[in-house]
Amino acid sequence: MTTTDYSPKPGAAPVGRMLLAQTAFETRMLLRNGEQLLLTVVIPTVLLVLFSAVDIVAVDGPGKRVDFLAPGLLALAVMSTAFTGQAIATGFERRYGVLKRLGASPLPRWALLTAKTGCVLVTEALQVALLTVIALALGWSPQGLATPLGALTVAALLVLGTAAFSGLGLLMAGTLKAEATLAAANLVFILLLLAGGVIVPLSKFPSAVQSALELLPIAALSDGLRSVLQTGAGVPWSDLGILGGWAVLGLAAAARFFRWE
Amino acid sequence: MHSEPAVQIAGLVKRYGTAFNNRVPAVDGLDLTVAHGAITAVLGPNGAGKTTTIETCEGYRRPDAGTVRVLGLDPVTQNAELRPRIGVMLQSGGVYAGARAVEMLRHTAKLHAHPLDVDALVERLGLGSCGRTTYRRLSGGQQQRLALAMAVVGRPELVFLDEPTAGLDPQARRATWELVRDLRRDGVTVIVTTHHMDEAEQLADHVAIVDRGKVIATGTPEELCRGGAEDALRFDGPPGLDLGPLLKELPEGATATETATGSYRVEATVDPQLLATVTGWCAASGILPERLAVQRRSLEDVFLDLTGRDLRS
Ligand SMILES: Nc1ncnc2c1ncn2[C@@H]1O[C@H](COP(=O)(O)OP(=O)(O)O)[C@@H](O)[C@H]1O
Ligand SMILES: [Mg+2]
Repeated sequence: MTTTDYSPKPGAAPVGRMLLAQTAFETRMLLRNGEQLLLTVVIPTVLLVLFSAVDIVAVDGPGKRVDFLAPGLLALAVMSTAFTGQAIATGFERRYGVLKRLGASPLPRWALLTAKTGCVLVTEALQVALLTVIALALGWSPQGLATPLGALTVAALLVLGTAAFSGLGLLMAGTLKAEATLAAANLVFILLLLAGGVIVPLSKFPSAVQSALELLPIAALSDGLRSVLQTGAGVPWSDLGILGGWAVLGLAAAARFFRWE
Repeated sequence: MHSEPAVQIAGLVKRYGTAFNNRVPAVDGLDLTVAHGAITAVLGPNGAGKTTTIETCEGYRRPDAGTVRVLGLDPVTQNAELRPRIGVMLQSGGVYAGARAVEMLRHTAKLHAHPLDVDALVERLGLGSCGRTTYRRLSGGQQQRLALAMAVVGRPELVFLDEPTAGLDPQARRATWELVRDLRRDGVTVIVTTHHMDEAEQLADHVAIVDRGKVIATGTPEELCRGGAEDALRFDGPPGLDLGPLLKELPEGATATETATGSYRVEATVDPQLLATVTGWCAASGILPERLAVQRRSLEDVFLDLTGRDLRS
């Protein structure tokens, strides 16, 4: 056995390398986790296929059933990864001292949070690609993408939605116990899936309830995506505004209240 | 070389909770100086404040009072500068539940500019046997060894190990000690907390005994254990020996007693002269002292002397 030389030679890796390594590592951890995959991949896919094929809920707006459902399930995919998945994973990382231990490593905190965002974006890209392929196979004909403005609006909605859900997810993970986060994040996921305009149109709710539900981030995201992709309408400023508001609130609260241990 | 100590703690006070629920401080005016290139053990019973002290040095906690300097830096305000230079093993956890040992170590290495060779470290600590098992399914010993490897892989100047051998079997314990000694050989400063006095005695160059948030004694294990009264010479012989003649030959203040039938104990400063006196008396009396042994004061005795309590209690 050769003897190792332990003589000190300390130093942080270049920050770019740390960021890449941390993003890749977190993504690998996520993709290995069966429950996370169920949440982020299996559920949106199954819902898309099932509700497109079977006439269970009456959909809204022009086009085929899949034209209503695909934008809603893209919104659900964003929520499942940025909010539910991230909250649960981060909650357990906090509980098991992972965040604490990383706090003594050369990785700066902002870089850890950037890596988490990178991991979320990579996962979302995979989800969007998968859902798009399946929806197209089911006959989806997305509108509004012919112009750069439409594509840009969709991108802005996805990014703001990710920011809003990340802020709320991290707020939960950084303040509640890991088990409480697990339960609450799953409960919120189911409630928002049902009452956030993902597969059930908000028009099915009484109008007073509907105007309250419209303020939910999931409702703003699915409505915004639909107004471009289903109806080809212009920029959904009010949805963008709601998402922006949640993003600012959520991220500010997370930054203020997040506890690392 | 180094103009200041590796760690300098003066008058550290740390309370948990709020002003409304003002409990006994976890650390209560603790002073500690740690020399470069040595192994320093912070020894004390559970709840003494070891972890709180170490975590203040690592920058996790802000002192309520007192000053802490680590490698000449303030661990809180100069944290970013300090972190790459230290290695940290928490008392527990610190690893993604779903990570495999070797990939976790490889990832930790990537956060450092000049990490150790991961394969060599894996072999050295026997982590290869963890295979594809994820962290939460590893044995306690494997988890400890992984955390230890993560603390040293970045080639730090200063390593903090919080109870690195807790729950390890004797063999794994010795393997950890060997690694710690190799670190010292190569010039790394090591601070290790423990509630095992034998660990402190065998491993450390310097020991700081902590109790109720204060350092109550400090020195090399030899210095701490010196102090004649508790040193003793013991032997077995025929029961009921008349110890009067022996006592007359012993130095002032020495005692000789039959502690159990046929077991004798001579309490005095144990030096070669004392041994010669006792064996000389045995020879003159025609006694073969069986199981003759020099009994040194242990750190456990030191702790008992200082606090009136048992270290393990
Ligand atoms: N996070 C915490 N919140 C409240 N009390 C704590 C916390 N950590 C430690 N304590 C208390 O502070 C005291 C010292 O604890 P600690 O530093 O962990 O001691 P040791 O590591 O020597 O066992 C103990 O009484 C412990 O209960
Ligand atoms: Mg402790």
